[in-house]
Amino acid sequence: MPEGLDRKEVAEKRRHRLFKYLRKEVLPTAFCPGCGCGIVLNCYAHPVDELQLDPNDIVAVTGIGCSSWIPSPYFLRDTLHTTHGRPIPFATGVKIMQPEKTVVVIAGDGDLIGIGGNHLIHAARRNVDIKVFLVNNLIYGMTGGQLAPTTPLGISTTTSPHGNVEHPFEIAELIAAAGASYVARWTTYHVFPLMESMQMALTQKGFCFIEIRSQCPISYGRRVGKRTGSEALQEYKESSVRIEDATEMSPEELVGKIIIGKLVKREKEEFTDNLRKLNLELRTRKIGRGPEEWSLS
Amino acid sequence: MKRNDRIRREYLSRFANRSYFMQGDESVAYGSLYAGCDFFAGYPITPASEVAEVMSAELPRVDGYYIQMEDELASLSAVIGAVWAGAKAMTATSGPGFSLMQENIGYAVMTETPCVIVNVQRSGPSTGQATKPAQGDIMQARWGTHGDHEIIALAPNSVQECFDLAIEAFNLSEEYRTPVIILMDGEVGHMREKITMPPVDKVKIRERKLTTGDELLFGGELIPPMAEFGIGRFIHVTGSTHKESGIRDVESQQAHHTLVTRLCKKIADNRDRIIRFEESCLEDADFAVVSYGATARPAAGAVLRARSEDKKVGMLRLITIWPFPESKVRELGARVRKIFVPEMNLGQLSREVERFVGCEVVSIPKIGGIAHTIDEIYSALKGEV
Ligand SMILES: Cc1ncc(C[n+]2csc(CCOP(=O)(O)OP(=O)(O)O)c2C)c(N)n1
Ligand code: SF4
Ligand SMILES: [Mg+2]
Repeated sequence: MPEGLDRKEVAEKRRHRLFKYLRKEVLPTAFCPGCGCGIVLNCYAHPVDELQLDPNDIVAVTGIGCSSWIPSPYFLRDTLHTTHGRPIPFATGVKIMQPEKTVVVIAGDGDLIGIGGNHLIHAARRNVDIKVFLVNNLIYGMTGGQLAPTTPLGISTTTSPHGNVEHPFEIAELIAAAGASYVARWTTYHVFPLMESMQMALTQKGFCFIEIRSQCPISYGRRVGKRTGSEALQEYKESSVRIEDATEMSPEELVGKIIIGKLVKREKEEFTDNLRKLNLELRTRKIGRGPEEWSLS
Repeated sequence: MKRNDRIRREYLSRFANRSYFMQGDESVAYGSLYAGCDFFAGYPITPASEVAEVMSAELPRVDGYYIQMEDELASLSAVIGAVWAGAKAMTATSGPGFSLMQENIGYAVMTETPCVIVNVQRSGPSTGQATKPAQGDIMQARWGTHGDHEIIALAPNSVQECFDLAIEAFNLSEEYRTPVIILMDGEVGHMREKITMPPVDKVKIRERKLTTGDELLFGGELIPPMAEFGIGRFIHVTGSTHKESGIRDVESQQAHHTLVTRLCKKIADNRDRIIRFEESCLEDADFAVVSYGATARPAAGAVLRARSEDKKVGMLRLITIWPFPESKVRELGARVRKIFVPEMNLGQLSREVERFVGCEVVSIPKIGGIAHTIDEIYSALKGEV
């Protein structure tokens, strides 16, 4: 230990430079060893730091599940930890009232696609300016590894012990089709492109959605022979195909592959902007006094 | 002053002292605007859609926001989100939608989020008689969401009272930092009556207490101050059991006990300030009718007829359904021989009355989507008094 420094000061000095983004009183995190949630948390802190977003201008909204713990309680910002599946409509309420805020939703596949799937496609349709980082671990992690709408065919889970007979969602493609402004897919192996993509989402106006394939070694990985985080990352590395390359490949060649990259980026009228425009416009429209005029009929 | 206050007052001033002929649904919407509501999220359902229709027309004119959500789960979610971002917010629905809202009603209770939920009751269970009125959600309003909690529910019996109670509902929700339910029924929601709107300055509005420093936001006092997002507190709002700071603490029995008993106490201990009712002909009564909402109208008619025949019948009309006016009902039960409870369900409130009185309680139930007539209530009374 260098002279003149005590243990505490040294520990402080060795702190990660992004440690300031964590809620210290709730550490250490409850994530299992090797879980992808920690990587996503780390990746998220980078663009927030890079963009120098005013600490008071970010609101994180989340649901129920392990992935939902990334912003809540770990990330130190205003945080609304909502009911299972509902973070997007809660976030929509926040964004309407505080349009100047960056409203971020980070939650799991069970939450956002399973129980909350309807909200997800509707928010994309409205193109409401919220940033959704979906942590897709193909499973209901928190509740012990039950079948999710993202679990691949054939996989045995605690509620598909004989093998899954359902087809999973290709969620990024679905959200692109639903009308989002920005859609991308990355994995927890691709941390640098993921950070860049998050930064893009945080700055692009409109509904921005990143599907992050993430590992859950405990509730999923060990059922598919990937017992550790590193095995999962190795698989992500080997089975990912850039979207530019995927367009050249046949459907057979793409079986078992994860298509990564940007699916969509487009300019489109944003929902809360339209609300505000309407209010302004009504200020100048003539309004009568009688019920015939102020009611719709 | 609220963001849109000037525009709102200016717009509403056009209604001052004017009378209109409108539905209860429309009236509850205008009452909400007078109360300062600036956010509405909802999903269409008979017999509540007119609330949304008025709000979609009027909110943008007062620089408020209306959004039609994809379902009722989303509607109450958006309402609660909007409140934490500074709104005074409401939603309106009926039976099936009210069922879908139950989980988030619990969330609003647990996170102490002031908001107003209008439930224009219709005939159930399930789709039931979708277009017909009922009072079948009395117990669902009380216990629909899981876990121990208290709730405030108000039941208007006229179009004017829909307006007045909308203001009262917002005031109570702000004061006690809690969701408040306006338990209308399809009868009151769809009936048309004359209503007179007050000058906007004459309406007393109570606003939520906001933190001014570093007070605890989820404890420390019976009703802690709120915060809005963006004031630098990095507030943490969760429906999980939490400490007084708001941070989750689900392991401690003590933390849960402290939180949930406080949430109950803040309403239970203020019963007397919250509860409202109306008494008529009760001074010398030997018999009493306890009624609420639309049913209180034919009930009042039956009481008048009984009085005209010198029968000593009086009436207690409950305006506050929850918290239940137990001391008033207990006191009434001690001095009358019988209590009659007509209601458009199979006796939900009647059993609640029974819990607090020693005298006989006679339920006068009616379901099927048609309100009691004066005759029906009168004949039920006549045989017994
Ligand atoms: C209405 C409701 N239904 C079910 C649950 C139980 N539940 C908690 S977390 C969860 C699944 C979470 O899965 P996901 O969103 O993928 O998160 P993960 O743990 O995998 O990160 C479920 C079903 C709940 N909390 N609320
Ligand atoms: S159960 Fe899975 S998702 Fe949850 S913390 Fe453990 S590894 Fe991560
Ligand atoms: Mg999951």
